[in-house]
Amino acid sequence: MRDTDLRLDGNAAGGLLNEIFPFEMTTAEATCAGCGTMKLFGETMFYRHGMGAILRCADCDTALIRITHVRGYYQLDLSGMTYVRIAADIITGHRSGTDHSQ
Amino acid sequence: MAQQLKWHLAKVLEIRQETPKVKSLILEVPNWTTHLAGQHVDVRLTAEDGYQTQRSYSIASPPEDTYLMLTVERIEDGEVSPYLTDDLRVGDRIELRGPIGGYFVWNAQDARNNHSPLFLVAGGSGIVPLMAMIRHRANSGNKVPTKLLYSSPYHEEIIYREELDDISANDFSLRVIHTLTRRQPQHWNGYGRRIDLAMLAETAWEPAENPRAFTCGPTTLVEAVASSLQKLGYKPESIKTERFGPTGGGTV
Repeated sequence: MRDTDLRLDGNAAGGLLNEIFPFEMTTAEATCAGCGTMKLFGETMFYRHGMGAILRCADCDTALIRITHVRGYYQLDLSGMTYVRIAADIITGHRSGTDHSQ
Repeated sequence: MAQQLKWHLAKVLEIRQETPKVKSLILEVPNWTTHLAGQHVDVRLTAEDGYQTQRSYSIASPPEDTYLMLTVERIEDGEVSPYLTDDLRVGDRIELRGPIGGYFVWNAQDARNNHSPLFLVAGGSGIVPLMAMIRHRANSGNKVPTKLLYSSPYHEEIIYREELDDISANDFSLRVIHTLTRRQPQHWNGYGRRIDLAMLAETAWEPAENPRAFTCGPTTLVEAVASSLQKLGYKPESIKTERFGPTGGGTV
């Protein structure tokens, strides 16, 4: 099996992200430290492995977030992102989804 | 307030054989909050020794339904799907959390979804979240022109075939176009190859009509569809993708 076969959309990371950020994190936006692209977390590439998970930039493959959950700790390496933007009404729960198309 | 999702204990009310490899589970989930068409749930299985594993499954039922439907394709050497399709019985309980995802969703009540035509492209079990959208659209009376291009390997592996026939026969604003990649029955009037640029050029709405596209299926299919639609002039932000990773087996 090729590595690309294991690639999912960041959308599939929604359950895991919700364990840490208790709102619909897939609709927050992140700016990649590698190429400067801004995308929704749902539009990033998600790789899940035994130890944890990685969200990568869909354009340049930079690891935006590495998450491990080991011995009672979630550990997040966020060095692949320069900026995160979250709509306030997603955090308050007044909106479960955002929609930036068109 | 938004909050952390809880694990629910869902009860299996009915199991429906959709195709030789695919079953639908109709679940009663106590205290379920409603979902949006296109969202998914995480299903968690726990072995007797405490080992836990989980997978994401798209919700097949529309938000209007009382019960939650998941449609599961049996993956050879899979860790979760063989249990769900072979071992699970009516009356059993499974753990799930959701609904999850705010990106790959279509809501008939959104004002602009009354005028942006909808182009849905599915490969194999990638039909599941798109079926939730089609059912939601039918239930809500939304008549936005909609086309579904659906790739399956064989005729008997078309999931929801009769329901799609019924819905489209009664709704002229919905057109269903099939392609069968492995074998086509006699007198087949659909396509007989993998989805490609030429097929999309023939079936997709014109970009000038301001369409919205959703594509779900194996990674290779989804990426080919997304890049082809951009070549045809679709704006990247008008194309929503959901990759199923290895589960499609590359046969569609």
